[in-house]
Amino acid sequence: MAVKTVIEAIRDAMREEMRRDSRVIVLGEDVGRRGGVFLATEGFIDEFGEERVIDTPLAEASIVGLAIGAALNGLRPIAEIQFTDFIWPIVNQLVGEAARHHYGTNGQVSVPIVVRSPYGGMVRGGLYHSQSAEGFFYHCPGLKVVCPSTPYDAKGLLKSAIRDDDPVLFFEHKRTYRTVRGEVPDEDYTIPIGVADVKREGRDLSVFSYGLTLHYCLQAAEALAKEGIQVEVVDLRTVKPLDTETILASVKKTGKALIVHEDNLTGGVGAEVSALLADAGFTYLDAPIKRLCGPDVPAMPFAPTLEQAFMPTTDKIIDAMRHLARY
Amino acid sequence: MPVRVELPHVGETVTEGIIQKWLKQPGERVKRFEPLAEVVTDKVTMEFPSPVDGVLVRHLVPEGAAVPMGSPICEIETAEVPAPVEPSAPSPPVKAPVAVLEEPPPNMVMGPTGLRPREEAPTPAPPRERPPLSPVVQRLIAEHNITPQELERIQGTGIGGRITKQDILRYLEARTAPPPAPPTPPAPAPPAPRPAAALGADEEALPLTPVRRIIAENMARSAREIPMAWSMVEVDVTGLARWREAVKEEFERKEGAELTFLPFVVKAVVEALKENPLVNSSWGGDKIILKKRINIGIAVAAPQGLVVPVIHDADRLSIAGLAKAIHDKVQRARENRLTLEDVQGGTFTINNTGALGSVLSQAIINYPQAAILTTERVVKRPVVIDDAIAIRSIMNITVTFDHRILDGHQMSAFTQAVKRRLEAMGPGTPLY
Repeated sequence: MAVKTVIEAIRDAMREEMRRDSRVIVLGEDVGRRGGVFLATEGFIDEFGEERVIDTPLAEASIVGLAIGAALNGLRPIAEIQFTDFIWPIVNQLVGEAARHHYGTNGQVSVPIVVRSPYGGMVRGGLYHSQSAEGFFYHCPGLKVVCPSTPYDAKGLLKSAIRDDDPVLFFEHKRTYRTVRGEVPDEDYTIPIGVADVKREGRDLSVFSYGLTLHYCLQAAEALAKEGIQVEVVDLRTVKPLDTETILASVKKTGKALIVHEDNLTGGVGAEVSALLADAGFTYLDAPIKRLCGPDVPAMPFAPTLEQAFMPTTDKIIDAMRHLARY
Repeated sequence: MPVRVELPHVGETVTEGIIQKWLKQPGERVKRFEPLAEVVTDKVTMEFPSPVDGVLVRHLVPEGAAVPMGSPICEIETAEVPAPVEPSAPSPPVKAPVAVLEEPPPNMVMGPTGLRPREEAPTPAPPRERPPLSPVVQRLIAEHNITPQELERIQGTGIGGRITKQDILRYLEARTAPPPAPPTPPAPAPPAPRPAAALGADEEALPLTPVRRIIAENMARSAREIPMAWSMVEVDVTGLARWREAVKEEFERKEGAELTFLPFVVKAVVEALKENPLVNSSWGGDKIILKKRINIGIAVAAPQGLVVPVIHDADRLSIAGLAKAIHDKVQRARENRLTLEDVQGGTFTINNTGALGSVLSQAIINYPQAAILTTERVVKRPVVIDDAIAIRSIMNITVTFDHRILDGHQMSAFTQAVKRRLEAMGPGTPLY
């Protein structure tokens, strides 16, 4: 086993899948000669050639439109949207077309595409390079939305996404790309989409998160362990479909739930987890369900102080956890 | 900011009170400790004092309504009223109280036959009002049949004393944990609560009144927890009987109170308690709690059930004073006019079954006191005195005592002291 960064794990996953299956192609802005803005496809053009590693114009709608067409004709495209902030032009293609084919053809035609997109803040990215968008796509039936947080999960989940017959939106937190390292097996493995992972066990409260904030939650849980508060940290990994079983099992144990994400509070993933718990978990609750999320402002600001103010940081998470533990 | 005033929890067996009468009306100024309302509980009527200075904003409960202990009953505006100034200490900055009932009236719990101070209770005082129970706590309560009485005993560790899931789980663990091995031969297990008996065709159910239920619970508790021993002495009260016969009519005319044997007995008991202070005590688990005051409870058969008004500091009263005090308390007990003060703080109880015609009875201790003394009917009997047979007035006195606190020889010393005093009474014994 080797220790890898998240970006390395993602690169490995794509390379291995492209070697395994000649139908897998990548396309996007600068994915070819430049190897992608974050070097996710570095070296791919030399190994797989221009036919399978396609540099596209700066037109996101056409990237996904092309991918859908290729998929309908038998390929398994991986489309890269350079920053999630630029994802909006693809909505019509992804939501209006890709997500409906399977349903509209009564299961006869599927669209096996993966749309990869680096998202999230704490990178001094300002209004146009820091956004989270899972809350928008979360609402759309027919899509799967994956948000891994560790190298191991990123690789296993990306392989599953590529092998999946339906469209998968694969959000990669760009801050984790090079800051998060972890062991990744050398052999081929996949992680099923729709299965959460209990990253830390605890009995006092359950915290649900994904992406960068998952790591903040783990740090916070570690800090609170010194106060005798045992926090269970659940990495949702896939936000759509949600792993309702794992979520409910955790809250049945602890009776308390905190959902942490960087995406805006209102209508975010946390709202759905809350609704699930209020419905199926009501009689197990020992405290109000709490959310600690990005505020309802249009985007993450540029100034580092304001970035900190926007972000559910470790300190804020510690406060929220402590309050809930004491409740 | 108006303060919500809550009816205090006066004990785990008292679940509700009736607001008999509002003594303050909306708009009236109220001083701290001034009576706000007359509250009737199972046994006593008490005046409920205001916990704060202020102006009564509104009643939350109408007269005549029964409310659970702990519920808010009225609101008092305290904002413009300065906090009471301690004359000796510099006063802190004036601040409107934020908590309800900062200075509660003394906590009382219902004893077997009356209210007694909370500090004698073995369980911690529950917070007056707790935050609502969470769904999971309610689920656990239902799943494990946790009774409201059990819940009262669970210490909430959450914010504002909230009972958390962990509190319940800890309690359940303790509840199911096997008890530590008894050091002595195991005591018989407390009887399991019997399921409600099915009614036969020739039977009729008589619903329990609150008073009956409390008497039942406390008698059972006393009988269950206290290892009771019992003894009896015969007391020759011939001299006392003659003396009483000689003075009772005049006494009654002068004092307006009957002169029964009871004040003489109380006098003798009080002096005997002074001589044997261990009898004036209670069992404290890991210690014996000696009572410095001598407060004698008198068991009275009141219309609503057994009640035990207390003669406080009975050692300071003459026989005439005792007669008047007893007369007053018994009278008010029969009219259901006893206050909380009247029934609290008893340290020793006298049970006068002789008044009912009994010559021998075995009383149950008024929990958690150390002993109870019963005076039986005075009867003329032939007795042997100096090898001659004489007709004498004889009264049996029996005592039931907590054998954890007292042994037979200590108790005998006490009963002999009572006997000696009663037998010494006769013509010339001062009444005043």
